[in-house]
Amino acid sequence: MADRSSSPAPLELRDVTISFGSQTILRNLSLAVRAGETLVVIGESGCGKSVTLKLMTGLLTPTMGTVHWSGRDMKTLKLKELTRERLKIGYLFQGAALFDSMTVFENVAFGLRQNTSLPEGDIRQIVGERLADVGLAASVCSKKPGELSGGMKKRVGLARALALMPDIMFYDEPTTGLDPVMSDVINELILQTRARRPVTSIVVTHDMTTVRKVADRIVMLYPLGRLNPHESQIVFEGTAEEAFASPDPRVSQFVRGEAGDRLREMVAA
Amino acid sequence: MASIAPVANHGREHWNPVHALGAKVLSFVDGLGELTVFAYRIFVWLVSSLPRRGVLWTNLYEIGVCSLPVVLVTGTFIGMVLAVQSYDQFRIMHLESRLGAAITISLVNELGPVLAAVMLAGRVGSAMAAELGTMRVTEQIDALRVLGADPIHYLVVPRFLACVLLIPLLTVMADGVGILGGWWVSTQILDVDSHHYWFHTNNFVAPYNVFGGMFKSIFFGAIIAVIACHRGFHCGPGAEGVGRAATSSFVLSFLSILILDFFLGIIVLEGYYLLHSVFPAVM
Repeated sequence: MADRSSSPAPLELRDVTISFGSQTILRNLSLAVRAGETLVVIGESGCGKSVTLKLMTGLLTPTMGTVHWSGRDMKTLKLKELTRERLKIGYLFQGAALFDSMTVFENVAFGLRQNTSLPEGDIRQIVGERLADVGLAASVCSKKPGELSGGMKKRVGLARALALMPDIMFYDEPTTGLDPVMSDVINELILQTRARRPVTSIVVTHDMTTVRKVADRIVMLYPLGRLNPHESQIVFEGTAEEAFASPDPRVSQFVRGEAGDRLREMVAA
Repeated sequence: MASIAPVANHGREHWNPVHALGAKVLSFVDGLGELTVFAYRIFVWLVSSLPRRGVLWTNLYEIGVCSLPVVLVTGTFIGMVLAVQSYDQFRIMHLESRLGAAITISLVNELGPVLAAVMLAGRVGSAMAAELGTMRVTEQIDALRVLGADPIHYLVVPRFLACVLLIPLLTVMADGVGILGGWWVSTQILDVDSHHYWFHTNNFVAPYNVFGGMFKSIFFGAIIAVIACHRGFHCGPGAEGVGRAATSSFVLSFLSILILDFFLGIIVLEGYYLLHSVFPAVM
């Protein structure tokens, strides 16, 4: 899977295995993200999609294998370098992960205050611009996350992730729990973000509407428990059209949202 | 999202009591090691970079000022209870006038520091574990890391500093109101003479006793902060995980306070004998 040609991939997993206790979630996974593309990782719940995202950002450390940022092994980076490299990353968390104790303004300004010495006036201006980018008025600035709807939280989370102008954006199930209209708003915002700047995006989702709309390339992960010992965990790699035309029942069943033999398995269990 | 909680599956069907005991011992040693590494990381941040003033002030207010009412009420009533419970024994020996000395020495040596620490563990420690646990469960701690802030530096160091800096002051206040509560019950209800009450208190209680209690309380504050923050950072998934983190934080802090109190009590006493031998006139 990994493209190790001329210029190094912005992000690459090389033969990564990760286990929690005695349970292995990912086994010998190799995956390279190309500069400027929107890579969508799909797969059923529990197959290791979010873990893959957290490995790529260095929030989790692999049990075996290596994670490379622009060709550099993450393990060789010092803490300061790791923090600096991580600032090139924007992360939209599944539940937005807004800081409860802070207002919307403080949330969006957090990264700027933490990592830059910009004057307060500039920070106000940037926060206003990022909120406007995601279609939120300045009046939400003084609200606490608890006062916002799910869609607004996601948009504030996106504004916060974009505040430091990241080169790579991670979206962890960006439309989960949202109504269809708000889901489409988030999909459009992902596209707009890419249109404004040449940003590399990695999206983890099982929403096929999102997949059709934003994906340049799709990778489908499959749960280890359903694979033979030597089978690759990546059961599909290609475009959305190729995924829908795939003869592999594991892929076609997923993209069409069909229960198939799962129902029989559940009854048998 | 995929669950990232560690899963323990050790083939339990073949387990016997020796396996269970071994697992408990390993788990204890593992937990102690984790706690030590966590404390070391706090220490490294303490000596390398102090938290921002705004963050520290918020924690000082939440941990110190907001704990004051509960510490004052507890301290007052403990002093009053001590007077009521001790009075009969002292009266049998015709030593009522010495009641003040007994109450004050008990408060400044043991009850003040331990009760202030227990109140802090209950009110602040559990809340810290629950707050940080919720932040972990809702990925706010991951968000901090992605936004370039070290969670230990941003969340734990200010809480640790607030506990360590303010618990001696809470202890002194618990001592003070306890002494006043004991005096009020002794002199106004039990008819002990106020002059003799203070005269004997002054003879028996030295500043060293007060400072010894404050010295012990610093360690209590440190252990409360380390345990509560560690429990929060390693909280299990969901509401159940947060609840367990808060409960285990209090239980572990309470046990640690009592165990530490025993050893620190010996150290403070040995310190007294040492200083007495070096400066007999002062002590």
